[in-house]
Amino acid sequence: MAITLSASDAPSPPLSARLSPPQVWGIVLLAPYLLVFLAFVVYPVGYGLWLARQPASYVALYNDPIFARAAVNTLIFLVIGINIKMLIALFLSGFFAQQRPWIRWLSVIFILPWAVPSIPTILSVRFMLNPEWGVVNQLIFKFTGDDGPNWLNDPAVALAMAIGVHIWKSLPFWTLILLTGRLAISHDLYEASDVDGANWWQKFRYITWPSMQTLYITCTLLSMIWTLGDFNSVYLLTGGGPADLTHVLSTLGIRYLRLDQLSLAMASIVCAMPFVLPLVYFMMKRLSR
Amino acid sequence: MKLPTLREVGTEAKLLLIGIPVFIWTMIPIYHMFVFAISPKEDAFSGKLWPTHPTFHNFSIVFHQQHYFLRDFWIQFWNSTVIALAVGALTLFVATAAAFSISRLRVPGGRAVMNMALFTYFIPAAFLAVPMYRTMGTYGLLNNHWSLILAMVTIAAPYAIWVLKQASDKLPVELDEAATMDGATTLQLFRLVYVPLMMPSLVAVGTYAILLAWNEYLYAFLLLSKDTDITLPVALGNFLAADDSPWELLMTTGFIYALPPAAVYYAFKRYMVGGLTAGAVKS
Repeated sequence: MAITLSASDAPSPPLSARLSPPQVWGIVLLAPYLLVFLAFVVYPVGYGLWLARQPASYVALYNDPIFARAAVNTLIFLVIGINIKMLIALFLSGFFAQQRPWIRWLSVIFILPWAVPSIPTILSVRFMLNPEWGVVNQLIFKFTGDDGPNWLNDPAVALAMAIGVHIWKSLPFWTLILLTGRLAISHDLYEASDVDGANWWQKFRYITWPSMQTLYITCTLLSMIWTLGDFNSVYLLTGGGPADLTHVLSTLGIRYLRLDQLSLAMASIVCAMPFVLPLVYFMMKRLSR
Repeated sequence: MKLPTLREVGTEAKLLLIGIPVFIWTMIPIYHMFVFAISPKEDAFSGKLWPTHPTFHNFSIVFHQQHYFLRDFWIQFWNSTVIALAVGALTLFVATAAAFSISRLRVPGGRAVMNMALFTYFIPAAFLAVPMYRTMGTYGLLNNHWSLILAMVTIAAPYAIWVLKQASDKLPVELDEAATMDGATTLQLFRLVYVPLMMPSLVAVGTYAILLAWNEYLYAFLLLSKDTDITLPVALGNFLAADDSPWELLMTTGFIYALPPAAVYYAFKRYMVGGLTAGAVKS
């Protein structure tokens, strides 16, 4: 798909000799990016698609229970995880829109998960959930005298924890974006509605939401596309385990790659394209206006 | 002084009821990491909320590379730094040139290039990693820092170009016309007019690229493998290879690794918020 798109859209430099000097410079200055794009996007994607051409790969994928599980996990991650995250972000953007000095300070702290790299914090959570030595189970033991569950050994819990880690990391970013949208709403509208005696729900329903829904939906779709590529949250927390039951498509592709099954890796990615491309198309329409 | 009304107290209490959980939720993993970093081994594994004998001994072990997992700490730190700075510089160069060309010089086909770049921006990075890995092998760049640098430039450039293009579309055309009338060549226009005016966006984009490269795990882990070639995040991941990993040292190293990007983020927050959120907000 990338190939057909770039082939049809590729600029055909009009090599008429009457190019003005600025246009010559334009081509020269554009060249570095074009080179990067050809060498590290067009060629790899084309090569990858060529590798994924054999129907046998798709049969192998279809017969691999790990693939089906990863596809389901990815759907859960996107549909449930992202929507929960965006709803919380929408709610918190209202909270951070309140003008209070302490809320300003809190917003500075709140952005920390986004500002720090994800690897150390994910590993930190991983150890917290360690069944023997982690602080969670030690606290459970202290207060109840019982051993806590082996958190990451239950696929459902482990996946939920991976979603939790993802939310922890990216919630601040989306809250900030939605906050910007919220602050752009004219204050007069709220004052007028106060005069009319509207309650908070009516204010949200008739003022906030209509002004923010486009932004909200754009953000949700964008977050879904990016989350498809979220390798760290799953890989560093569960490693795809237990028994390869918590893989998502991004970790599965890398798993096949590590097992030297490149055509399977590419085929699994190609299988995701029917979901990715409409989202990408929609986002590109949005952004290139 | 006016006493707060009951209603105001109620509102404040409701806000606190949201604010306190938000604070706890945000701080837990970071606090846990910090406690580990200042705990001796026995304290770290006993699940204490604050160590009985806080110490900076772990930092000293990391800085003096006194553990098997840490024997290349400084060289890995150096690798991370060099790669991040190289990605920042190269992305800035490639993206500024492209944005200038598309937005100011209106080069034919510029819009198509912009669309291709945007398309790349939306391919999930973990998907591109699979064919990219094989391609780097074909180019003979595996286990070479250039592979990671070029891969990260590929990922950072589309967004950088887009942000810079948006910003430079806002500069008045008259500026270019006036400069050209005064006899400025295209390069002078670029160097003396365009770059100075674009400074805030350039800072934002450069910071974005540097942080992206410093924080990258997946590509670094695929493309580099020798202990003296890898970057810090890969070294952190390698701690997991052993069953009896020294978690207190892992957390200490992680803490050290997390500090520079956090500092950079907060130092350039002004630019980051203005330049980068604009991207997603436009709807």
